[in-house]
Amino acid sequence: MALSRDEIYEKVKGVLVDALGVDEDEITPNATLIQDLGMESIDALDIVFRLEKAFTTDPTKKFTIPRGELFPEDLESLKNDPNMVQDGKITAAGMAELKKRMPYADFTDFEKDPQADKANVLLTVDAVVNYVQAKLNG
Amino acid sequence: MRWIWIDKFTEFTSKVSATAVKNVSLAEEHLHDLYPAFPIVPHSLIVEGMAQTAGILVGEARNFAEKVILAKIGKAAFHRLVRPGETIAFSAAIQQLSEQGASISGTVTVTSASQATPQPVAEIELMFSHIDQNLAGLEFPEHNFVFTEQFTELLKTYKLSGEIPI
Repeated sequence: MALSRDEIYEKVKGVLVDALGVDEDEITPNATLIQDLGMESIDALDIVFRLEKAFTTDPTKKFTIPRGELFPEDLESLKNDPNMVQDGKITAAGMAELKKRMPYADFTDFEKDPQADKANVLLTVDAVVNYVQAKLNG
Repeated sequence: MRWIWIDKFTEFTSKVSATAVKNVSLAEEHLHDLYPAFPIVPHSLIVEGMAQTAGILVGEARNFAEKVILAKIGKAAFHRLVRPGETIAFSAAIQQLSEQGASISGTVTVTSASQATPQPVAEIELMFSHIDQNLAGLEFPEHNFVFTEQFTELLKTYKLSGEIPI
């Protein structure tokens, strides 16, 4: 039977508690992984491994997260592309590219002031839940 | 010195698991550094033994082509001290292995002449990164500074003795 969003959220919460060493009450839907929960670059692989394990319920149908899909890898190089970022702000083309790469993120607030160095706020607990839910639903 | 914190492998199943042992001698100077007149193996060096056992297991899975770096200690829970005269067994099992790295879970036990039944010492979870495949896109020196010439020589002895079946 398909997992409900609440069930997915609880599993994601468990993964983040274990991977980031934070308390359960620090995990909220809007908490950002980097700023609020202290995620570092090496934690990305740890989180991917733990999510794959947590959501693989049938060994014959492994839940896999392709490289760069949940945590896009070359965002730094995009920041140096004048078509994507100008005067520290993400351009319309840059925004389109970001949305393409992070379709699970909520851009509503970020679009109001799209500072390139604040793009990390897109990576929230809810974004991870959205990602997993979309993957599980095929 | 790298890779010599374990004495030998007693089990090695490529891409799956490995067990290595270390005999603890009173002559090892570090045993005397923590508590005067009460020599023990520091917990940090028990983690190092697991890291070397698992590091070789992870490295072998890619024919030692990757630079395998200990990236994270997810868990290290200790239950017992390790004393001179005891033999430590580091057992590591690969939980996940990908292009970018691997996670392992490990158990540490000890035996001695007077205690043949393995006694639990620790549970350790480690994560290794293949650093040339790291997410941050950082560049590292081309030569493999992890699995060095010194390690290659050591590997030959493992192969000759049949400890690592490769």
